[in-house]
Amino acid sequence: MHLRVGALPAAGQRLRRRAIRLGLLAGCALALGLGGMPGARAAQGGKIIVGLVTKTEVNPYFVKLRQAAAAEAKKRGVTLIARAGKFDGDNEGQVAAVEDLISAGVKGILITPNNSTGMLGVIKKARDKGILVIALDTATEPPDAVDATLATNNFEAGVLQGEYAKHAMGSKTPHLAMLDGTPGGSVDNQRHDGYLKGFGIKEGDPAIVGRVDTHGALDQGQTGMENLLSAHPDINVVYTINEPAAEGAYAAIRSAGKTKSILLTSIDGGCLGVKYVKAHEIAATVMQFPKIMATRGVDDVVEYAKTGKKPSGFIDTGAMLITDHPFPGLPSKNSSWGLKNCWG
Amino acid sequence: MSVTLPAREPALRSIGRRLATPQLGPLLVLIGFLLVFSLTTATFWRAGNLSLIAQQSVILGTLAIGQTLVILTAGIDLANGGIAVLGTIVAGRLADDGANAWLALALAIVLCTLVGLVAGGFVAKLRLPPFIVTLGLLGIVTAATRLYSMGGAFPVTDPLLGWTGNGFNLGGATITYGVVFMFGLYAIVWYMLTQTAWGRHVYAIGNNVEAARLVGVRVPATLLSVYTFAAFLYGLAAWLALGRIPNADPNALQTANLESITAVVIGGTSLFGGRGSLLGTLVGTLIIAVLRNGLTLEGIDPLWQDLITGVLVISAVALDQISRGKSR
Repeated sequence: MHLRVGALPAAGQRLRRRAIRLGLLAGCALALGLGGMPGARAAQGGKIIVGLVTKTEVNPYFVKLRQAAAAEAKKRGVTLIARAGKFDGDNEGQVAAVEDLISAGVKGILITPNNSTGMLGVIKKARDKGILVIALDTATEPPDAVDATLATNNFEAGVLQGEYAKHAMGSKTPHLAMLDGTPGGSVDNQRHDGYLKGFGIKEGDPAIVGRVDTHGALDQGQTGMENLLSAHPDINVVYTINEPAAEGAYAAIRSAGKTKSILLTSIDGGCLGVKYVKAHEIAATVMQFPKIMATRGVDDVVEYAKTGKKPSGFIDTGAMLITDHPFPGLPSKNSSWGLKNCWG
Repeated sequence: MSVTLPAREPALRSIGRRLATPQLGPLLVLIGFLLVFSLTTATFWRAGNLSLIAQQSVILGTLAIGQTLVILTAGIDLANGGIAVLGTIVAGRLADDGANAWLALALAIVLCTLVGLVAGGFVAKLRLPPFIVTLGLLGIVTAATRLYSMGGAFPVTDPLLGWTGNGFNLGGATITYGVVFMFGLYAIVWYMLTQTAWGRHVYAIGNNVEAARLVGVRVPATLLSVYTFAAFLYGLAAWLALGRIPNADPNALQTANLESITAVVIGGTSLFGGRGSLLGTLVGTLIIAVLRNGLTLEGIDPLWQDLITGVLVISAVALDQISRGKSR
């Protein structure tokens, strides 16, 4: 009895010790591996460092924005440190990212805020330290919380989509379905409101027969459209917050056999979205230009680091209607041009 | 010869035994990362940066305390982030509407605690699986929060609600009250877990619920208290969250549930319940924050953080499994 009790823990300890040694080894290997990773110690060389904080790492729009910024940083011989929120709406992660970038000694921070008011405190902290802060793609609230904003005028982009839909509908009585993004999102609201203005109606107009939140996702665009169609079979025009939502809506419209009778338009200008336009799944989309935002943002930080000159105010990086069925009086480019200039 | 060897053996063995305490492995990993980042960047080991890491840990750290309690009973809590967001929205909205801020905060914390009472009720009395109960509650709480806030985020300006974001200066670093508060919570709950009968009952239930019942532990009452108290802590986390970012956002903390589980597991607490320590959870939380901060200072793609965290989680669970194999 005495022997067995003694023997068991001894064997167990050996196992345990081995396991812990393994764990420690793994930890050391990881720690050592860090030093060898690309970019390590990049922050040390006295180079100009530019920080970039995007909304998420999963959305191709922000991936494109990051790639464009990285390319421009390389061209200008500066270091780019990129961070992102974990999910759409991750304000806390972005605040932590900005704090870390301040610690890293960046000259300027380019940020696409997940929440237009959530970042104000940390942005002020950065600016108080003499760091140039530029909002990319999404403005803060108030807009002058940052030094400058480089963005699509999303309201105007919405107007372009709405005007196109109005022209394409002609004299038909509209029964409009609105596939919105995320409730409360500032870009989402601006596009929505812009569309209504371009379409020439007001919020609450009886022409709007239904709306759903798609969070800009294909699957939610599809289920949303399916539900709207079964509730309102008379829908003949559809607003979408972005092209994934539009593609989801198209799947629902096609299953319902209504591709001929429903006018589907969108906004964003992703390459996939332009392909949908080329394939006549979406009648028109409005393209924005994240590449311009990113390259200009990096250039502005470099300029600031070298000369102390800061950009200011809202800098519109433009929007372009992409369609293969143009209307006179509505400036647009065709899908071939779109494929050359799209992002992602 | 044959005399010296046995003399060294016990010493080695005792080191081995100490290494085997669940929180020491993670602590060494944390120290390893601290060393690497301090040696390879100029800015990591500055008071300002270290205090930043502490500030970045308060929300996750507090949620992870509740998660630890639940996991020690062999449960799991998927609703903790959702409950905390409910707290921020309710407190913020009530204060915005002109209610007394103390009252708004108290009501929010009470509401969070009630959600925990419901969760505990289902788990303890109806014996429903905690995974399902808290998954369902996450959906309910998130939807209710969005309905109540009408979808939008809004700034919270009340000084009391943002109080935990204030702080004092210590050696060039700002220590926020939130950080002090979190460490205080760790101390209190550590005491409850290790020095009280309640704490021993929590461990006993996680170890073997039937055995616990047989030796007279009031299993349903204890489980109910664990889920309720955990949710009370989530309510406090809501207050800490408002201090950190004075903004109530229904879309916040969506991944906090999984992150808190990660912190608990990295900290050496067993997902099967009954084994682990609260200090390990604190270390696990710090590992996550240190990695995120350190990799940014290094200029390394943050995706490496997710990758390394993933490796650590699996290593921790594997270690647990191996050492468990021994005890069978």
